[in-house]
Amino acid sequence: MENRRTHILQAIPGTNKIPDRMFKWFTAAMAFSVGLLLFIVIWNLVRGSYPAIKEYGWRFLVTSSWDPVHEEFGALPFIYGTVVSSVLALIIAVPLSIGTSVFLTEFAPLRLRRPVISLVEMLAAVPSVIFGLWGIFVLIPFLRNYIYPWLESVLGFLPIFEGPIYGVGMLSAGIIVAIMILPIITSVSREILESVPDLQREAAYALGATRWEVIRIAVLSYAKRGLMGAAVLGLGRALGETMAVTMVIGNRPEIAASLFAPGYTLASVIANEFTEATTDIYLSVLFEIGLVLLGVTILTNIIARVFIYGMTSPSGSKST
Amino acid sequence: MQTSPAYDRYRKLKSTFISGLCVLSAVLVVAPLGFVFFHLLSEGISSIDLNFLLNLPAPVGEKGGGMANAIVGTLILLGLASAVGIPFGVLGGVYLSEYGNAHFNRVIRFMADILNGVPSIVWGIVVYALIVVPMKGFSALSGGVVLGFMMIPLILRTTEEVLLLVPRDYREAALALGIPKWKTTVFIVMKTAFRGIVSSVLLAQARVAGETAPLLFTAFGNRYWAQSLDQPIAALPLQIFNYAISPYDEWHQQAWAGALVLILMILFINFGIRTIINIGSNK
Repeated sequence: MENRRTHILQAIPGTNKIPDRMFKWFTAAMAFSVGLLLFIVIWNLVRGSYPAIKEYGWRFLVTSSWDPVHEEFGALPFIYGTVVSSVLALIIAVPLSIGTSVFLTEFAPLRLRRPVISLVEMLAAVPSVIFGLWGIFVLIPFLRNYIYPWLESVLGFLPIFEGPIYGVGMLSAGIIVAIMILPIITSVSREILESVPDLQREAAYALGATRWEVIRIAVLSYAKRGLMGAAVLGLGRALGETMAVTMVIGNRPEIAASLFAPGYTLASVIANEFTEATTDIYLSVLFEIGLVLLGVTILTNIIARVFIYGMTSPSGSKST
Repeated sequence: MQTSPAYDRYRKLKSTFISGLCVLSAVLVVAPLGFVFFHLLSEGISSIDLNFLLNLPAPVGEKGGGMANAIVGTLILLGLASAVGIPFGVLGGVYLSEYGNAHFNRVIRFMADILNGVPSIVWGIVVYALIVVPMKGFSALSGGVVLGFMMIPLILRTTEEVLLLVPRDYREAALALGIPKWKTTVFIVMKTAFRGIVSSVLLAQARVAGETAPLLFTAFGNRYWAQSLDQPIAALPLQIFNYAISPYDEWHQQAWAGALVLILMILFINFGIRTIINIGSNK
């Protein structure tokens, strides 16, 4: 509507419309560059991975031998490593993030909110490679010397906590990635909780509910979908995380039950082997892994949007 | 529902307990930041001196050496990235806020969000195929382009938001005076939102300054000064990565020092944003 009105105003006789049109179309082209960019990304990945897709087909995703010398490529260990490290990261990060956002929206003293939010934002600004560095030299020695032996002695009867402790491995990667996705999940779920109407809370308090009961009945159950969206958004980040994971996961293409064992992820195999890929088919396989990563991140993004959309848009389905 | 006093006490206790858990989780979320900064300072500060800031890397085993080329390289890459990212991002954002219709905007925003979620390593191999292969070699240019590509969707989204904050009356007043729409947009709307646009650009720069993965197969890294933009160039994050995974203790020390310099650069940019926003709000 506003656009139409401004057009009428602008149609005063004597105004030269040509520069106006040029400016409009120029900025339109700039905006559309985003579409072009998305096309460039998809096109280059598809083109690069076409030879590998033709050669190996679906087999590539479900076999687990990785032998570049004999040109045998199976991505299963990388898919396994990516999924396991990301799920571990979510298990650690989601409760902490939701706890923090409940603290921030429901009962933190006002003068504490801003500083805590700023600190969480600062955590988001720390580059991946610095988390990797810190992981190698600080976190891993600590986990290897104190936490892992303790975990093994207490929970060692479970297959996921047995076997030799290297320090680098699946669990270490999960912990580092958890730290890195804390900020995104925290800030999205904080926004979701802030959008819960106060009427909800007041109604629950009026019934004599305690603070926790208010949070559980009036806030969390109301915000459930949005919080799931926040977690999925975090999952998307975790799946694509590269540098820090590459530095702490151990980079061994094996599927082991133990979380102490080294693993490998889709992103880190590209990071490590791309410049070493000597044959065309090897390079093409790495492109295909990139394509898989892109597909998975687009999918998680869409799912997260579907969850969050109904929450924050006022016209969304509030009744569900 | 039970209403005995004992049950009420239990409910209150439970509520307090869970509130405590929420406080604890907030502490646990903030704690890693403290530890990372503590170790960056304690490990890095001793290795930062003029030698580190002004010299090239020393060969293995030799004392001294620095990261001057990597620091300058990161600044060059950021400059190139801005040259790519700013025009597309800012003007694209202008279109969304000043011209676009709801449907077109929704599609563009959706695509920008998808691009913001593309893993950085994937950007790396895309630009490898797009630029490094045709140019037959790793180059500073390709490194700048990949970071620039990553900046476009970031700047586009934030620019649109800050332009929408400019009151509609400003536009209407200007148009009522017979000023053409493009002049209104550039000299009234964009000028009013100038601080916001600058901080959205800075925010995007801070985001990409620490990126390592996209540079692995584009800028590639270089132990010497890059002579021209079609040669591989050193970058601080790349250098930190290479030193961190090396087996040499001196290099580990240098990695810590490099990481401290990198985080200070990023904080400096972020501090710039804060200052701009604060000045803007005090006005």
